[in-house]
Amino acid sequence: MNPTSYIVLSAILFSIGAVGVLVRRNALVVFMCVELMLNAANLAFVTFARTSGTLDGQVTAFFVMVVAAAEVVVGLAIIMMIYRSRRSASVDDASLLKL
Amino acid sequence: MTALTVLATSEQVPTAAEGVFSLIWLLIAFPLAGAVILLLAGRRADSWGHLLGTLTVLSSFIVAAFLFVAEAARGAEDRAIEQTLYQFFAVGGYEVNVGLLLDPLSMAFVLLITGVGTLIHVYSMGYMEHDPRRRRFFGYLNLFVAAMLLLVLANDYLILYVGWEGVGLASYLLIGFWQHKPSAATAAKKAFVVNRVGDLGMSLAIMASFAAVGTSEILAVTGSADRISTGWLTAIGLLLLLAACGKSAQVPLQSWLLDAMEGPTPVSALIHAATMVTAGVYLVVRSGPIFEGAPVAQTAVVVVGAVTLVFGAVIGTAKDDIKKALAASTMSQIGYMMLAAGLGPVGYVFAIFHLLAHGFFKANLFLGSGSVMHAMNDEVDMRVYGALRRVMPWTFVTFTAGYLAILGIPPFAGFWSKDRIIEVAFDTSVAAGLAALLGAGITAFYMTRVMIMTWFGEKRWRDDAHPHESSPVIVGPLVALGLLSLVGGAMELGFLPGGGIEPWLEPAVGYAETEHILPTLAYPAITLVVVLVGGAWAWFVFGRDPIPTTPPAGSALTRAARADLYGDAFNEAVFMRPGQYLTRTLVWLDSKGIDGTVNGVAAGIGGLSARGRRIQTGFVRSYALSMLGGAVVVIAALLLMGGRL
Repeated sequence: MNPTSYIVLSAILFSIGAVGVLVRRNALVVFMCVELMLNAANLAFVTFARTSGTLDGQVTAFFVMVVAAAEVVVGLAIIMMIYRSRRSASVDDASLLKL
Repeated sequence: MTALTVLATSEQVPTAAEGVFSLIWLLIAFPLAGAVILLLAGRRADSWGHLLGTLTVLSSFIVAAFLFVAEAARGAEDRAIEQTLYQFFAVGGYEVNVGLLLDPLSMAFVLLITGVGTLIHVYSMGYMEHDPRRRRFFGYLNLFVAAMLLLVLANDYLILYVGWEGVGLASYLLIGFWQHKPSAATAAKKAFVVNRVGDLGMSLAIMASFAAVGTSEILAVTGSADRISTGWLTAIGLLLLLAACGKSAQVPLQSWLLDAMEGPTPVSALIHAATMVTAGVYLVVRSGPIFEGAPVAQTAVVVVGAVTLVFGAVIGTAKDDIKKALAASTMSQIGYMMLAAGLGPVGYVFAIFHLLAHGFFKANLFLGSGSVMHAMNDEVDMRVYGALRRVMPWTFVTFTAGYLAILGIPPFAGFWSKDRIIEVAFDTSVAAGLAALLGAGITAFYMTRVMIMTWFGEKRWRDDAHPHESSPVIVGPLVALGLLSLVGGAMELGFLPGGGIEPWLEPAVGYAETEHILPTLAYPAITLVVVLVGGAWAWFVFGRDPIPTTPPAGSALTRAARADLYGDAFNEAVFMRPGQYLTRTLVWLDSKGIDGTVNGVAAGIGGLSARGRRIQTGFVRSYALSMLGGAVVVIAALLLMGGRL
């Protein structure tokens, strides 16, 4: 198959994820979009590994997955704590760290 | 200028101090030790402090008498002795040693200071008897005597300056002795500040002498006066004149002397009559060769002397405060001395002669006025005196002796000295002679006024005044000074050790005789006539009708004389107000300009940071947008640079 189409797909997925992070108000949806961006990056890594014939890209994809998992654990825990104390999962409400 | 016969020039070569002359430093050490002990001992010394203070000055006088006899026993060319004590400092080619030069000129001053000083210390024991701070008074007096002796004995202008400043300090401490009186504290400050202007002249003169000659040693500077350019000599001469004006209360720095009468009367007698105010004359005479090489400076000295002599005399005619009248008289008499000193070698001897005679009779007059004040409950207004001669006979007789001396009635001391000054003034310049003669007439006028208002007429005493003669410890020095006023003229004659004042001072200052334009006896005759006219006029104005106890509104000249011929008003308008405006402008510039700049920069940065902090909105999504924007910029940069970092 043409690797270019995979790259294009990765770019599209990344863009959708980025726009989702910027636009959506619900913290969980923002998280899902962050996961989407990470997966887009993974796809790009694997595609390039295939085109260059080495396995470096696939090893990096593993690393990215580990990092994503750790990040989800911590991030969801934080969101849970905020939801419990504020009864709201909107990112706009947690705006106290301002001057 | 008429022709001069130069009899001697001031070229003496000092010899080292041996034998009795190795004790020269004791002259200063005694009163200095007295001052240190009295000021540091505290209240334990209150009971004997005044005795120690008088004893130290008396010891200095005894040493001075021994030194005088020993010096007179030497030949006339051999009378300069120098004692170097230690090196003050040596910096970059400028070396200053603390050395004492005892030559006929300084010997005369030492005898005056210690002799009259001892009498005034004895007087103060009685006068300040009831003052709780008497010990400090004697400490300050001793400090003054030590500093004044250092001034006249110094062989280097810088050491002279140390003594100069020392007497200024002592004068400040003593004028403001009664610190609780605001007028006294203000007068002390005024004296010190005006003196400071003169001190500026002194320090600049020392710097100029170093620049011109390379040293500030007096004999070296005066000895090289014929090798330095006239420009330098004029500069040094004018600066020394400025210094002398400050210390001797000559116009234009005369405003402090009348206010200095706030101090106790012994202070007025010692410092502001006999010794400190004569330091200016000493300076001019000591620096004679400098002035001789700079005719401009010499003329300036003569002009200053002549102006001040008339200025002081006019002020003295309208003062009702007895001490202020005597202070104006002092200003005028020192004008005579400056006039004589500015005439060159013809006048030096007579300037010093008049200085010594004036020391006797003016101290006498001041101490007499102190005795009167003591008797009249410290009242100084002569309008409430009157008819005191029957109540205080001793003071009256001694005061009259001083009065006749200052008028210049023979055989009293003033006749011999003042007459010679008028003589050389006429021979040199008729204008100066006429000014001196006019001064003599006005002197007779105001002194006769003082005599009439105080001793004659009817009683105008206040109800609580019970005047009586003062105690012997006060009257004793009066008698001594009265006798000196009577016989002090004998210095002119030859039977003293050293052979009279002219041959005594010749080797030190030089002497020249003028060609007389009138027959010799004409001068004293004319002077006596003018003096008698002045005295008679005063009797005419004041002696016939009773003196009013409130000052009558006088003519414009009387009002001007009461206001010190507007000296204070002039100083205020020309120096004080512009100075005040200048400082206020500078303060305004500092607070608005400099502080404004600094505060403005701080406010500007504060404003910028207030704008800048609005980036911190607290919204997660705006932070995420900033991160995205930054990442895009970085990637674009990488792409554009083709991967080169």
